[in-house]
Amino acid sequence: MHSFGYRANAVVTFAVTILAVMCSIASLSDNFNASSPTAEIKVLNINWFQKQPNGNDEVSLTMNISADLQSMFTWNTKQVFVFVAAEYETPQNALNQVSLWDGILPSKENAKFWIHTTNKYRFVDQGSNLRGKDFNLTLHWHVMPKTGKMFADKIVMTGYRLPDSYR
Amino acid sequence: MIMKGLQCVSASKTPAVVVLSESMEPGFKRGDVLLLHMSKDPIRAGEVVVFDDGRPIPIVHRVIELHERRNNKTLDLLTKGDNNSLDDRALYTPGQLWLHEHHIMGRAIGFVPYVGWITIIMTEKAFAKYLIIGGLCLLVLFSQK
Repeated sequence: MHSFGYRANAVVTFAVTILAVMCSIASLSDNFNASSPTAEIKVLNINWFQKQPNGNDEVSLTMNISADLQSMFTWNTKQVFVFVAAEYETPQNALNQVSLWDGILPSKENAKFWIHTTNKYRFVDQGSNLRGKDFNLTLHWHVMPKTGKMFADKIVMTGYRLPDSYR
Repeated sequence: MIMKGLQCVSASKTPAVVVLSESMEPGFKRGDVLLLHMSKDPIRAGEVVVFDDGRPIPIVHRVIELHERRNNKTLDLLTKGDNNSLDDRALYTPGQLWLHEHHIMGRAIGFVPYVGWITIIMTEKAFAKYLIIGGLCLLVLFSQK
């Protein structure tokens, strides 16, 4: 019972178990974080709004996105992935979610931000349903920890509307 | 035994995957292990999913676009790696524009850093595999008392 092999095995098993317990505790501590995120998105301009040759509507818009996600950061947070999606419904689809912009917040200092941007990804419908369409803009965040469980949530902002005709 | 337990808890045939590429950096780096779960909740944009589109290794990317049909609730999904500039259409089977639910093997719910390097070393550097297995055999042979 005292050979090198047995001792090495016992030490390694114990070390791995302790590491696993530490990772779980680190992750659990994230649950106690009380967060108060805020966000605001203004659509400054509809740059153009056309129907593509394949029949799908496409929009290009410029937005002002500002948010404060500093309260989401804990000591166990590696980064927060944030994205803005347009959400709307059409006769054919009960739900459409199209990501327009995303970014990475690598630290708490970056988590209070303001950005003026056109949509990073193309806003294309399945079909030609966007004229006069009411849509929501949601700011989603995905907290990626140094170790453990990932958290995601969102803020929904309503009241946006696309023009009634192409331009 | 641990594998079976993990499979039960995560409701998925693959409860954990090793991150092999840099397409999700800096969030997930090569060598990290992602813990997966496949709950009945419908997939929504923003979730990190593991999908298998007939490729030899599954891919872990984020859903950036989603369309849910009103009549039968089927989903059209588009994915993209956080660190890639283009979406994944080029990775799907040629002619296929969207992923569907049956392509998704699980969604990532948690992760453990660095632990997957053992798997990467074993698969990518054959000599390491022989070294480790050879070493284990020697241990077995010489531990008889």
